Amino acid sequence: MPKRTDIETILLIGSGPIVIGQACEFDYSGSQAARALMEEEYRVILVNSNPATIMTDPMMADEVYLRELTPSSIAQIAREEKPDAVLPTMGGQTGLNVAQDLKESGFWEEEGIEVIGVDIDTVQITEDRQEFRTLMEEIGLDQSRSDTAKSLLEAKEITQDLGGLPVVIRPSYTLGGSGGGIVWDADEFESMVTRGLELSPAHQVLIDECLYGWKEYELELLRDPNDNVIIIASIENITPMGVHTGDSVTVAPQQTLTDKQFQKMRDAAIKAMNSIGTFAGGCNIQFAFEPSKATGYPIAKVASKLAVGYMLDELPNEITGDTSACFEPSLDYVVTKIPRFNFDKFEGVDEELTTQMKAVGEVMSIGRTFPESLQKAWQSLEIGYAGLGADREDADRETVRERLKSPHWDQLLHVRHAFRYGASVEEVYDVTQIDPWFLHQIQDMVALEEEIRSTNLRDIDERFMFEIKRNGFSDEQIAHLVPEDVDDEEVRAYRKEIDVMPVYQVVDTCAGEFPAETPYYYSSYETVNESPVTDRDKVLILGSGPNRIGQGIEFDYCCVHGVKAAREMGYEALMLNCNPETVSTDFDVADKLYFEPVYWERVLDIVEMEQPEGVILQLGGQTAIKLGERFEENDINIFGTPFEVMDFVEDRGKFTDVLSRLEIPSPPYGVAHSVDEAVQTADQLGYPTLIRPSYVLGGEGMRIAINRDEVAEYVSNILSYYPDNEILLDRFLEDAVEIDVDAVCDGEDVWITGVMQHIEPAGVHSGDSTAVLPPYSLSQEVQETIRQYTRDLAHELNVVGLLNVQMVVKDEVVYVIEANPRASRTMPFVSKACGIRIPALATKVMLGEKLKTFRESGALDCDLDGYAIKEPVFSWDKFPEVPKELGPEMKSTGEAIAFVDALNDEHFQQPYEMKDLYLSR
Amino acid sequence: MTTDSTAASDRSPAPAKLALADGTIVEGTAIGERGLTGGELCFNTSMTGYQEIMTDPSYYGQLMMMTYPHIGNYGASDIDMEADAPMVAGFIVRSFTHRHSNRQADESLDEFMRRHGLVGIAGVDTRALVRHIRDEGVMNAVISSEQLDDETLVQRARDWQSMDGLELASKVTTESAYTFCEGEGARIVVYDFGVKKNILRSFRERGCTVKVVPGATPLEDVLDWEPDGLFFSNGPGDPRAMPEAIDRVGRALDTELPIFGICLGHQLMSLAQGFDVYKMFVGHRGANHPVKNLNTERVEVTTQNHGFAVDEDSIDSSIADVTHVNLNDGTVEGLRFKTFTGLSLQYHPEASPGPHDSHYHFDTFMDMMRDERDLSIPDQPAEGAPVAQ
Repeated sequence: MPKRTDIETILLIGSGPIVIGQACEFDYSGSQAARALMEEEYRVILVNSNPATIMTDPMMADEVYLRELTPSSIAQIAREEKPDAVLPTMGGQTGLNVAQDLKESGFWEEEGIEVIGVDIDTVQITEDRQEFRTLMEEIGLDQSRSDTAKSLLEAKEITQDLGGLPVVIRPSYTLGGSGGGIVWDADEFESMVTRGLELSPAHQVLIDECLYGWKEYELELLRDPNDNVIIIASIENITPMGVHTGDSVTVAPQQTLTDKQFQKMRDAAIKAMNSIGTFAGGCNIQFAFEPSKATGYPIAKVASKLAVGYMLDELPNEITGDTSACFEPSLDYVVTKIPRFNFDKFEGVDEELTTQMKAVGEVMSIGRTFPESLQKAWQSLEIGYAGLGADREDADRETVRERLKSPHWDQLLHVRHAFRYGASVEEVYDVTQIDPWFLHQIQDMVALEEEIRSTNLRDIDERFMFEIKRNGFSDEQIAHLVPEDVDDEEVRAYRKEIDVMPVYQVVDTCAGEFPAETPYYYSSYETVNESPVTDRDKVLILGSGPNRIGQGIEFDYCCVHGVKAAREMGYEALMLNCNPETVSTDFDVADKLYFEPVYWERVLDIVEMEQPEGVILQLGGQTAIKLGERFEENDINIFGTPFEVMDFVEDRGKFTDVLSRLEIPSPPYGVAHSVDEAVQTADQLGYPTLIRPSYVLGGEGMRIAINRDEVAEYVSNILSYYPDNEILLDRFLEDAVEIDVDAVCDGEDVWITGVMQHIEPAGVHSGDSTAVLPPYSLSQEVQETIRQYTRDLAHELNVVGLLNVQMVVKDEVVYVIEANPRASRTMPFVSKACGIRIPALATKVMLGEKLKTFRESGALDCDLDGYAIKEPVFSWDKFPEVPKELGPEMKSTGEAIAFVDALNDEHFQQPYEMKDLYLSR
Repeated sequence: MTTDSTAASDRSPAPAKLALADGTIVEGTAIGERGLTGGELCFNTSMTGYQEIMTDPSYYGQLMMMTYPHIGNYGASDIDMEADAPMVAGFIVRSFTHRHSNRQADESLDEFMRRHGLVGIAGVDTRALVRHIRDEGVMNAVISSEQLDDETLVQRARDWQSMDGLELASKVTTESAYTFCEGEGARIVVYDFGVKKNILRSFRERGCTVKVVPGATPLEDVLDWEPDGLFFSNGPGDPRAMPEAIDRVGRALDTELPIFGICLGHQLMSLAQGFDVYKMFVGHRGANHPVKNLNTERVEVTTQNHGFAVDEDSIDSSIADVTHVNLNDGTVEGLRFKTFTGLSLQYHPEASPGPHDSHYHFDTFMDMMRDERDLSIPDQPAEGAPVAQ
């Protein structure tokens, strides 16, 4: 059956703001779906409240509604647009829940709108754990024992029947397993059941037999209207059962099952899928789309086409071009996913991993072997590691023993340490329950380390160097390991001398069986390079790595537009990133995608091979900026604002000199390198004092101190994390209004793209504040001052490209707090509010275009009427033990946009009334 | 669950080389038995099932290269045997696991290979070699861990006997007839050209009594046993080099017995009907090939292993209908015959390794025998009893 012609208009529901458990993988899937449907010439209406995503870009659909995802707002849009069908599966749990509410109220039926991509009646079956269990029992699949409780009393009885504690508590219908976990003792049991009953919209929890220590696998399936089912990926969790999949280290394909064992699992999965209603689309909805990047198979795109009637065998495999989409990808590489946590943001948080998801992002890496893939994943995490350890002193035995006892984010690192201390595979297995296959691999890596330790750099021959590099060791690790005192640059120089360089392999879905044209590459130390270097002019765009609080999907939005702009200007755009949840790592966004760690050695390898005209750093957040100095040292051209300026604004002294020169007021400040010095400085400045480390992101470690003791406490805390950090102290201006300004400068002309006024007082991190565009209570004079200061700074700093300036206004005086010549977190929000692709224009400016041309063509005209409000969204429910308080350190995970005509709207009124409630330190 | 508890694996590898007939030389380390071996270099893209592949008689005489980089992860086990011993002539992998992990394993893959005298090489860039033969076509090669002179090895590869026009089934067929299992269901004679055990197990699961006979067994002897159906098995080599077998198959088609053929069996049945068989540029070898059933419109993900195929244009539609096609390249995957009761498949419904999507063909054959022979076989007979060999 070909595509359906009885449908013309399709409503696509997005997933809303990013929260833990529902991250930007749905931005990626939604974008793919929209593109697939537009390709089939349907009229696509898209609804999503999240401004930070590519999905809500006007280019993505015929109509984009940036509205809240409630039944009433969706209903209103549906009545206006009169779609024939609605596709809710690309919006995660949020999209499904809204669609289901409207189904229950009879709305879809009344309006004659068909729900496609999912059998909406069956969502309930998969989400209602008891119903799902019953169904699985009917088709004869074995399951752990379990039962549903609606009260604490029932929960106790069930637990008794299961043979007592430990058990697993899972509230029904919550995101990322909110409120769930393994409980080992009675107190914990009561509090978790009670909380679970509260959190579950149906007020019920499932009590599961505890399978802690079992192995966990995931299969990704696709099913078409003819009930053909294919398995796109098999995934093995290295972290054993008991830890939420989203928090587990996972590999694809599965490594340790025989074919018979694997096929049995495949049979069960297909049976389960075919037993759940009648629909065409994807299954394993919660973590559905990451395998697209792991296998190259565009799952969301294909699922969308199945939803409009296509059969799998009618679709081509876009990677190879001329084989069928109806097949199961064969991998000839190993993919590792490691979650990224942000525990440092939440004081008092329980860092132990449980069935409730706590990760805020993830990295994916591709290597020919597991060791290579694992080391690359650690290089991708951007937490200062050059691989799986072997780049610093090892943790002491006591710490290792402690950390291995229960699952933590750094479990594999401590597995390595344990082998360093001579533990056996059996011992480590007993404690961690990690499959011995992975343990052996890590033990072999440690054995190789020992060989490197006893070999001088220049005694490493070509063959041995290849073996080391094939195991994923970075030059930095090698420099640390060899006996003599060398740095990574010397290792690199020697490596080039003996000609040990990486090549790039295509992710082709078919293990090389058929030719594939898709320019999707990963590096490896193999023999044949599959990435042909063209003679075109090239631009390399560095992505923003894993999502974390303070640096999320908004930078991916900027990167995607950067890539598009570079292509529009005739450059060959090369994208480098390691975040699988993003649109920038979709295989057909850039001319070439390098799925690699945004880690210096890996970046330089690509630069040396591709020889681009330059790199763009402004779009990828701090991740890319951090590498700026090394580009500078290596004479690699950086497009736009020179690196000295990017670096210079971090130097408080120099920056304040600039402000004085421009006669721009700034709060009194000082710097300190020790606790004593900090206390002295604070005394001179007066209290409260704002304290922050330099070169950090999202206000990490930033605090407001009201007395000497607090200064001492905060500063010693920062110095324990960053021993040599220069600490900045500012006089904190109380009851001041905070302002965020975004601008683009071409070296002469300055375009102020948006001035935002925060509702919350200065002191609450800008990312956690409700921002209003344009300002709602500033005099014209103050607004003009703000604009003038921005223009002055842009000129003085020689900005070419983006500039974000943060200011505070107190008693009609405008103070400048900081300026950052790079993409800001608010860039997508302003773009969506004004209907202008700001990062695309900024990229063209970096590449030499002038604002004048855009201005004359009307491309800079903002079409905002009334106000646009950016509302922060938090994931507090994932950290019940952490008090809800706001301060200079950012804590929100996502954002929503609301358009209001007047200030009496509740989107403005509500945060306005509560603005002072949570400000703490 | 592990074989070796001491730290650091056995990493004192002996050097080995792989030499291709076109002069390509690749260095690696020896795995399994030390020695020299040669054959046609082929690859398999299945990510699991290395032991089934190694022991599949259809690969007799070939050098098998696995595209998945980590091989040996779950060791080796008796229940994963498709024949009594490895059938490939040599084994090539990217990264070899010496210390396996799986409760089911009896020994490590290295121990298994050594026990059976199978020579292999690890540490080579298999992807580059796959791309090489994909572009250049299949060719012969040798693996050696004893003689390491490049020129000599290339010469050995060039001198190695070509598979083209080679009859190999006689090398892997059973020496004498035997009964594999006895049950209350249909009586089947399996002509063994190198039959995979899972085909026999699939019949056993359906309650059949299965008699396996050497490929050269006269038809009359077989008929004396009064079977309900005949099965022509998979096997290695060029079917065009088997005139006697083709003749025997041709006469079998006139017996009015339901007939089922897989892979080589399918090619022999086609040749017996006058259809043409050709050698493919690069064969199909993997467990992810999509095949469409033209009657039901359903798609099966299938296991494939063949270097020859039936030429679609040569098929006389008054004799047979094409029932199954490969979605990747449109080649013929299944036939339903009109002049007698029978079906034949190019791919492997018994899987092992691979997805179980095509198991239903065995049921179809059971139905054919039930209808044709008017048998009172129960719908779901109990599994047949194994007969000790």
